[in-house]
Amino acid sequence: MSDLPISRRRLLQTASAAGVLGASSLGLINPARAAGLTIGLIYVGPRDDYGWNQAHAVAAKALKLVPGVKVVEEENVPETVAVTKTMESMIELDGAGLIFATSFGYYSPYMVDAAKKYPKVQFRHAAPLWSSKDPTNAGSYFGYLDQAHYIDGVAAGLSTKSNKLGFVAAKPISSVLSNINSFLLGARKVNPKATVQVIFTGDWSLPVREAEATNALIDAGADVITCHVDSPKVVIQTAESRGAKTCGHNASQAPLAPKGFITGAEYKWETIYKNYADTLAKGGTLPNMMAGGYDLDFVQNTPYGAGATPEAIKAADAAKAEIKAKKAYYVGELKDNKGNVVIPAGTSYAPYAPWIDSINFLVEGVQGSTT
Amino acid sequence: MTVINPMSSEAGTTLSPVRVFFDQVRTASEYVIIPLLALAVTCILFSGLLLILGQSPVDFFELLWRGGFGTPFSWQNTLTRSSPLILTALCVAIPAQLGLVIIGGEGALVLGGFMAAITALPFLGWAPPAVVLSVMAIAGVTTGAVWIGVVGALRYYRGINETISSLLMFYIAIAIMNFFVEGAFKDLANPNKPSTKSIGDANMIGKIPGMDVHWGFVVGIAVAVILWVLMNRTTFGFAARITGGNIRAAKAQGLPVGLLMISACAIAGGCAGLAGFFEVAAIQGKANASLAAGYGFTGILVAFLARQNALAAVPFAILLGGIAAAGGLIQRRMGLPDATVNVLTGLMFVVLLVSETLYGRIPLFKPRES
Repeated sequence: MSDLPISRRRLLQTASAAGVLGASSLGLINPARAAGLTIGLIYVGPRDDYGWNQAHAVAAKALKLVPGVKVVEEENVPETVAVTKTMESMIELDGAGLIFATSFGYYSPYMVDAAKKYPKVQFRHAAPLWSSKDPTNAGSYFGYLDQAHYIDGVAAGLSTKSNKLGFVAAKPISSVLSNINSFLLGARKVNPKATVQVIFTGDWSLPVREAEATNALIDAGADVITCHVDSPKVVIQTAESRGAKTCGHNASQAPLAPKGFITGAEYKWETIYKNYADTLAKGGTLPNMMAGGYDLDFVQNTPYGAGATPEAIKAADAAKAEIKAKKAYYVGELKDNKGNVVIPAGTSYAPYAPWIDSINFLVEGVQGSTT
Repeated sequence: MTVINPMSSEAGTTLSPVRVFFDQVRTASEYVIIPLLALAVTCILFSGLLLILGQSPVDFFELLWRGGFGTPFSWQNTLTRSSPLILTALCVAIPAQLGLVIIGGEGALVLGGFMAAITALPFLGWAPPAVVLSVMAIAGVTTGAVWIGVVGALRYYRGINETISSLLMFYIAIAIMNFFVEGAFKDLANPNKPSTKSIGDANMIGKIPGMDVHWGFVVGIAVAVILWVLMNRTTFGFAARITGGNIRAAKAQGLPVGLLMISACAIAGGCAGLAGFFEVAAIQGKANASLAAGYGFTGILVAFLARQNALAAVPFAILLGGIAAAGGLIQRRMGLPDATVNVLTGLMFVVLLVSETLYGRIPLFKPRES
């Protein structure tokens, strides 16, 4: 793009702004710089969703402070050919050298095809999907949020009075099931009487059903609610208005629940994004696969809110130290909630064990069904 | 556009052919100038909004132009986005000629795409791509036709409001697709994004030579032309429009109103189903929740902007495709939320609907009395 600093557009802009807006509207357009790195971030929903997209947007904000890095963002991009066009537009019109495609469905075929078409541009996707068959200028990054849900569980287990915890979940797929299981195992670690009741809504964003599910869980006696949906906003607000305590998911929902918020499982994409920017600034090569949990600072927990009891805070802090030391919490003998032994006695799976990624059951203590 | 001969025979016979021609141009130009005027008013109103927000309208419209139409790349982007919109707009425009407001085209698109994806499965691996694609296209069109055809039948036989039923059936369509995609037809190679098995690169519809736009765009235009001819130059279309004008009069004339309604709905659904087929066969390669990308709903807007005219749906689909294409650039360069372009299209919709009241009221467009 021939985005010269002074152009006809600038002149027109100045003329139009003068007298109406003064100089305030100047500088709205930041032409793509020839030097430095332009990074494009693509979100599937709005950036202020209190959830998945916001977690990435928070990191994008931090990335903007890195010298020499320019960030361009586009929200509400559906998982279809629209994302291909957005990537191409970021590359062709903004000069992006690194693309972060943050939604699961962006990967195949869209990002893979774009990586083939633009071999000089780096593409990274926020789910562990890259394989060695895919282009080398593409890759994946991911955070093990189940580790932070485990901490949520520990804090929830000592903040509940009824010993009944509620979980509003989107779909019974592995990544969701491992979060539910981790939450229960965390709660059981400190409170053997704790149970988790789960309701699956069926899709990633169904606000009405999420509110219904939250109400149903509270009606059934749950006094701590957490969730795994794209935007936890509705769940947290509904629970807060019903006087239940809450644990968050994806991003910080602390402002939504001043009375009942305990803590939340949050991604810290900032760590990964800054790492990539640093690597490229030093002329290094980006890894194709980058995944980590608590020990690598890829996930974190929201600062404790008013709902967390002092014992809960103490136990959760202790559990964080254990997780950072990669202590296993999937320890045999462990049964699923149908009574089948899923981990025999003597076996255990530490954080990062591939076994955890393919979980397709709910552990004993979780009320709910995957089918 | 229908151009009515301005002078009836009793008004005199002294008009020269030149005069008749100019009168025809004058009356026809009403259909071009009023929408353009409406677009200009939209731009002025929207500029006011931008100024209130402290943004520069000049920047905005320049980015809108550059992102949607200003470069060859932008055109590819625009046309790619507009191709499903042509077909989903037809899903609204055709029944609208009979006075039926169908807003559930998205459901026909989703189910059409899903059925296309799963009927391909038994043919994969041995049948040539032409066979696979033909089977898929037939499955997609038929499914869409049945889905919206049912809406027409419910309306005719049971008096159920077609707007509501088509919208509710959209939710049913999504539920049906999710049920099968997450169950019986789930491709186990893709555990975290439930999808049907991919039809494979060899079976995918290619791009138009020299462009980055798939063949669905050309097919969309062809279907629009065919349906315009059907609705404006055949007895079927004539009967359909009579039904739209006054259903009792149509019945009194002995027109098969029920058949007309159901077939118009079936044609409409077929268009949306075809859009679903292209979404699977040219873009996704498989069916999953991403099929519901909102094309069916944007199509409603296109159809209303085009005043339910099948041919006019093409330029308006391109216009909205261009706005969508530029939306990204505007977000990135001006830091405006995605909702900004939605406000623009919403405003355009309202202004164009209001401008409908102007037709027949401006003396300039009326044929001169002799």
